[in-house]
Amino acid sequence: MIESVQAWFRTLADTHPKWNFIYLYDPVQTARIGEGLWMTLQLSVACVVFSVLIGVTGAWLQGSQHAAVRAFVQGYIQFFRNTPPLIQLLFFYFALGQFTPTYSPDGWLEVPIISNVGWAIISLSFFAGAFNVEIFRAGIEAIPESTREAADSLGMSRLQIYVYVVLPLAFRVSLPALNNNLVNLVKTTTQAIVIAVPELLYQLVSIYNDYSTAQNACMLLMFVVYITLVGVLVLGMNRWERALRIPGYGG
Amino acid sequence: MRARIPGVDAAARSDLAVLLPSRARDRAPGRPGDLAFSRWLGSTAPWRLVLVVALVAAWPFAAAAQSGFTMGHAFEALWRWLPFLVTKGFAMNVVISFLTMAIGTAGGVVLGLWQVSPSAAARRVAWALTQAFRNSPWLVLLFIVMLTFPFQVEVGSTVIFIPDWTKAVFGLSLPVMANLSEVVRGAVQSVPTGQWEAAESLAFSRRQILWRIVLPQCFKRMVPPWMNWYAILTMATPLVSLLGVEELVTLSRQAMEAEDNHPELLVPFFGFALVIFFAYCYPIARWTIALERRFAVKL
Amino acid sequence: MSSREATMNGPDWDPSQPIVSIRDVYKSFGELEVLRGVSFEVMKGEVVCIIGPSGSGKSTLIRCVNALNSIDSGSIRVEGQEVHDPDLDKLELRRKVGMVFQQYNLFPHKTAIENVMMAPVLVLKEPKGEVEARARALIRKVRLEGKEDSFPGELSGGQQQRVAIARSLAMRPDIMLFDEITAALDPETVKEVLVTIRELAEEGMTCILVTHEMGFARELANHIYFTDRGVIVEHGPPATFFTEAKDPRTREFLSQIL
Repeated sequence: MIESVQAWFRTLADTHPKWNFIYLYDPVQTARIGEGLWMTLQLSVACVVFSVLIGVTGAWLQGSQHAAVRAFVQGYIQFFRNTPPLIQLLFFYFALGQFTPTYSPDGWLEVPIISNVGWAIISLSFFAGAFNVEIFRAGIEAIPESTREAADSLGMSRLQIYVYVVLPLAFRVSLPALNNNLVNLVKTTTQAIVIAVPELLYQLVSIYNDYSTAQNACMLLMFVVYITLVGVLVLGMNRWERALRIPGYGG
Repeated sequence: MRARIPGVDAAARSDLAVLLPSRARDRAPGRPGDLAFSRWLGSTAPWRLVLVVALVAAWPFAAAAQSGFTMGHAFEALWRWLPFLVTKGFAMNVVISFLTMAIGTAGGVVLGLWQVSPSAAARRVAWALTQAFRNSPWLVLLFIVMLTFPFQVEVGSTVIFIPDWTKAVFGLSLPVMANLSEVVRGAVQSVPTGQWEAAESLAFSRRQILWRIVLPQCFKRMVPPWMNWYAILTMATPLVSLLGVEELVTLSRQAMEAEDNHPELLVPFFGFALVIFFAYCYPIARWTIALERRFAVKL
Repeated sequence: MSSREATMNGPDWDPSQPIVSIRDVYKSFGELEVLRGVSFEVMKGEVVCIIGPSGSGKSTLIRCVNALNSIDSGSIRVEGQEVHDPDLDKLELRRKVGMVFQQYNLFPHKTAIENVMMAPVLVLKEPKGEVEARARALIRKVRLEGKEDSFPGELSGGQQQRVAIARSLAMRPDIMLFDEITAALDPETVKEVLVTIRELAEEGMTCILVTHEMGFARELANHIYFTDRGVIVEHGPPATFFTEAKDPRTREFLSQIL
């Protein structure tokens, strides 16, 4: 069955040189796409996790008593939000990468302790994290003072108010914006191609470069895979939002 | 219970909108009021820009002075290349952003109006196009357009070469168009259905209602999100460097090569690229927020 | 205007027959049955009030008369013309049926006089000068001289509602529908709107009102209909309706509201 499909595509490639679906019959190319997809997923998950952590920490630091701490967080946010992520990636990997130490596993090679994948994760996490800080802060601020006062008047402690009242509500308020940002982050992982991170886009482009007849097939797969990836993500996020929605709360 | 206006009303929106004149509408996600990015950029005090520049410039000095080529030399090199980078590099980013915005706006308005068309087929097609281009990464769209579109067209016997940057403009216009389509749809739907009903009961045709009643009311509401998308687009223009279009990032790399690729060059050159984008987008963001605030009061 | 009247009237309508005739109308929104067999008739020049608890389907009923809502079955005839007809020219119907809404729905980007002039100029294609003279007269009629160039946002609720009435009248309708037009107003501004409607009624305009103003209904209506859960429970002229209501639901409603 599978072999006949492969054979069919091989014939198609012979008869229609513009439609060489090489990744459907050449296991080497299939593996490259699989690796690319796996790298994209790893990159996405790592960046989502770190950017959310950065967001929570930043939102917490923004409530700090010290003006210096608040100014530092502000500076971080401004820098990362207001400059193109592509240049951020270049800046991190090339400009800052030269200052990181290297180690030598065999005495000859000099391997930097942070690889290009590492820098991509750092750079993209800081980029998305800057948006997340603001999203979480806005969520916390959106909880009306009266709700806090009501909890206060019931004798709840400060921590209880935060954990049982403010955070659950703030999280729901933040969720749509957070989801938007995370979807955007997954889309932005494609830009890691600029520092040669072997994610999906990179693999597809290099297959296309190796086999020029596979051009249309690669473009098609590129479009379909990313639309599907983002579509599944958006659907999942929307479902999550709906599951957490409190009837009548926040339009 | 309200009448259904094909393509325009979402259930029960009218009741809410009437009770809560501006707030509920503006806060709904995806509405034109959704200016997170510009609000962000615009809420920065101007002195922070100076601070960022200072930080970027100061960092490497600490790690400098390794070889003969010092950080001082690197900044000197940047100073020499600066006019070239701005007039040939960043100017190209600005040109690309203008052209893309023009095409994207034209396409977005058409697509957005299709999304509120009375014809279900037109709505479905417009929705599918909007979602497809809105949800794929910009870089993917750019690659697809750059690699699949012809690099020359033959008109009769003359061969017209299509320069890379025009294809880049087209590739960037697709996501801009899709996002502006959503802005138009959101703005049209933010006009309370009561307006449609009042106009209907005065025997206005659908076209008259749209052009005479609805669009004049939501035009102002579309301006801030439109500018917001302009800023986002401008920040995306360095992507075209990946495809060899000669803009700021491409030229910066070429300039560093011409200066023998000393690693000390990286911080000043890429730092400068970051700063010039910040400096360009920042006033736009301030202006966007000022406009949004002014329009919000008038509503 | 003469050609308009010729095309608009149904084939077999003359003014001695009901101007609006509603027969056995059913309407549901999904699961919810809003109208369950409603019938009544309105003669030319009559003032009819529809009262009833909220959710009883009274607003839906009058919105069906100018086809803002469709009906599932039954028949609604306006001047002999079937409204529940897929081939109906809705624009023609709406030229002869004016409607005023609870939330005014003035066009916020146009001044008071522009609101009044817009439909005659754009829909009826009448010359601007002529329309403007008529619009000024209408603004005077609703006692808003001096407010011609104010935007809706600068007017009080009662003033906005009177502009909305003038806007409908500018189309020279044969019938006016009023959908709880005083429900969103402050008590003190309700009166100025009701005065305007009284004058209209006295001039012989056919009016169908959905209202909670019982005093007004008693004074002005020729006939009152009480609806509950999608049916007309009871009806009669005001003289007997308020004093001799038989149905327990009507009596309960009246005892709560009077």
